[in-house]
Amino acid sequence: MFAYYFELALRSLKRSRGLTLLMVLAIGFGVAASMTTYSVFRAVSGDPIPWKSSKLFVPQIDMWGPKARDPNGDPPDAMDYADAMALMRAHRARYQSAMYQISPSVVPADASKHPINVSGHAVFSEFFPMVDVPFKYGAGWTADDDTQRSAVVVISSKLNDKLFGGQNSVGRTLDIEGKDYRVVGVTDHWNPQPRFFDVVNTGGFTDGAEDVLLPFNRAIDVGMPNNGNTNCNEVPKESGFVGLQHSSCVWMAYMVQLDDAAAVQAYREYLDGYARDQQKAGRFGWAPNNRLRDVPAWLDAEHVVPSDTKVSLLVALGLLVVCLVNTAGLLLAKFLRRSSEIGVRRALGAQRSAIYAQFLTEAGIVGLAGGVLGLLLTGVGVASVGWVMPKDIASLARLDVSLLAITLLVAVVATMLAGLYPTFRASRVQPAWQLKSN
Amino acid sequence: MKLHPMIAALRRHKAGVVLIALQIALTLAIVCNAVFIIGQRIERVNRPTGLVEDNLMLVSQGWVGAPSGDQPGDVEKLDSLLQADLAALRAMPDVESVVPINSLPLLNSSWTGSVALKPGSDLRAGNARSVYYFGDEHLLKTLGLKLVAGRGFTAADVQNRGFRDSGTPAVIIVTKALADKLYPKGDALGKAIYLDGGSSPSTIIGEVERLQAPATGSWVNGFLWNATIEPFRLNANFSRYAIRTRPGRLQAVMHAVPNVLYGVSRMRVLDDDSVKSFAQIRQEAYRSDVGMAVLMGVVCLILLGVTAAGIVGLTSFWVGQRHRQIGVRRALGARKIDILHYFQMENLLISGAGAVIGLGLAIGLNMLLMKRFEMDRLPVLYVLAGIVAVMALGQGAVFAPARRASNVPPVVATRSV
Repeated sequence: MFAYYFELALRSLKRSRGLTLLMVLAIGFGVAASMTTYSVFRAVSGDPIPWKSSKLFVPQIDMWGPKARDPNGDPPDAMDYADAMALMRAHRARYQSAMYQISPSVVPADASKHPINVSGHAVFSEFFPMVDVPFKYGAGWTADDDTQRSAVVVISSKLNDKLFGGQNSVGRTLDIEGKDYRVVGVTDHWNPQPRFFDVVNTGGFTDGAEDVLLPFNRAIDVGMPNNGNTNCNEVPKESGFVGLQHSSCVWMAYMVQLDDAAAVQAYREYLDGYARDQQKAGRFGWAPNNRLRDVPAWLDAEHVVPSDTKVSLLVALGLLVVCLVNTAGLLLAKFLRRSSEIGVRRALGAQRSAIYAQFLTEAGIVGLAGGVLGLLLTGVGVASVGWVMPKDIASLARLDVSLLAITLLVAVVATMLAGLYPTFRASRVQPAWQLKSN
Repeated sequence: MKLHPMIAALRRHKAGVVLIALQIALTLAIVCNAVFIIGQRIERVNRPTGLVEDNLMLVSQGWVGAPSGDQPGDVEKLDSLLQADLAALRAMPDVESVVPINSLPLLNSSWTGSVALKPGSDLRAGNARSVYYFGDEHLLKTLGLKLVAGRGFTAADVQNRGFRDSGTPAVIIVTKALADKLYPKGDALGKAIYLDGGSSPSTIIGEVERLQAPATGSWVNGFLWNATIEPFRLNANFSRYAIRTRPGRLQAVMHAVPNVLYGVSRMRVLDDDSVKSFAQIRQEAYRSDVGMAVLMGVVCLILLGVTAAGIVGLTSFWVGQRHRQIGVRRALGARKIDILHYFQMENLLISGAGAVIGLGLAIGLNMLLMKRFEMDRLPVLYVLAGIVAVMALGQGAVFAPARRASNVPPVVATRSV
């Protein structure tokens, strides 16, 4: 029966080519605009570490007091050195790491090559198991390396390709800012977007790479300055990078892993206890006002998804709705024009359900054709988002199988939905009326 | 022409009428807001920075293994590196002037603080927030800033200091916007103000007409035009140089700069992003704004196209359906123009109804965008222009099918189907 309806639909669509083309075009453009903006939205709103994002938390401590809180009453979104180090020493979470963004220069062994700039983070050893850094060669350093302030480094596979020709470089040395570091690990194409562990300094999305990861204590010792934001509540009393460490300025990110609700509760209590101790010691003149958010809540609070992306998606969805309303109108016209045909079919004993099947098949074919056109246009759209979106975001939008499947599905389902009312009207055609007048 | 029979006729195909009106309403709502977004982005991109942007470029570089600035004598070592670079750049044949500077408008690398009329104010409070630019006596000339009062810096005003050290300048230049905020009577020149809650005064010796903040994000909107220029060469293990070249020699200088700097010292980092013309900086800063405007433009075009096509399609259907009735009207004496007007009027009614609903939807959508995405209020002008546009679109779309209707010969009335 379906084959018959399919043939009927094709005939009917051929009969009014202009109208059919119009519907297909409308659906194609509507679906393509929505899917292109959706591909960008999907790329920026995805969970960067879905398997454990609910176990990773960002603590915030109110070291500046009520006057510096944001309109929601939140404390600063980064850490000062003193509090970050106190939290590291207390070591209350399963894993934890203070970290700060660095941008040192690397001097190639080949003297004919110019030094290059790399970017990365100074972190503690627990950072690697905490955020599940994938390794191509070697591994992260150990807790002993943290305490001994070892001159070790983890580099990206990209930097490894550039400096060591992609070979296993574990054990080789690397000249960073004029000092030698031993390579202990090479990460395996690791570039999480958004940079959930340091949103404050990267703004979430970054086209920079995590080229080098250095031991935190070592970086502090050699005076490797931070390359990210520095926010101060008062002018530092001492000068230099050391002065920054002694100040209340915030410039570090901090992340902890807490495996269950009890651990989260215990950590909250620890943070409040810590703030109360600081209050008693006279450092904080206010009651504890800490925050402890897991990664999804943190990304939300930091507004990582650009509002332009959301507005584009909203407007494109609006466009899709208009295209569907348009299709509904045209299908209505098309179906009702065939009232006499429907009358004959009904008079010959066709059930309403048969009419439904016939006309929904026709709507589905229009949707499928629109979807195929939409696929092509979505391909064009995704390929050209680089032209209209910021580089760091556009590079994330990809055309993959799931996007293709969703595009087709949306086109067909939406068109059939748009065809529901016209089909309903067609099924209500009174056979007697149609037969009488002719 | 009487509207009564027309409305009676429209009632016979309610669904089609409702769908077309709804489509026009949605189109109006989206197009108004999208065009408003486009307008805002164009306005944003076109605001002048206060610089003379032609023949201006920026070099950002770092020294490898340079002192960190924490040891005694570090700052002086860094300053001698900086001075050597400046001398080499200033000696280049096509270079008009060079200034060591911490940032430029649109560079998105900001140093912000607050200025106050009294000493010892809270750092975050102050009387006004301000961005800081640090440079030497060549700053105004290199950037092409327009001095509207007082004087520029002289070599005697300029000192050097570590990037992470604090230090208060004796003299400063501020933008007119900041001067007027602090001294609304316009007598800021010669007055002493206090930077970042400090207790030592800085005297305003000059005012420049306009200088935009480096940041382009919304967080800087409250003090976008408040800039304070301090006469310091900042010393760190990296530096930035703004260079004004002779007219037409920008590309040549951009090409030559890396070798000149490597000639001074090889132990430095100069990568692909190190040398940029100001035009490149501007393009990168506003890339997402231009992109958003383009995207909204494309959406508007598709919307208007689809809606126009929808009107053509549905009206054509109605014309076909009423073929015989049109013939009867013509046979009874209606002129061609009467038939044409009938369909035009009918479309006007439907579009009008759609526009009224669309007006509400446009305002509703704008309110949603304001609440969720920090959009501004949609000016009434945009909505009115939108209404006129969709009505015109409707009339344009209905013309072809209406003309076809008016060409139906009266003889149709005499034929049976």
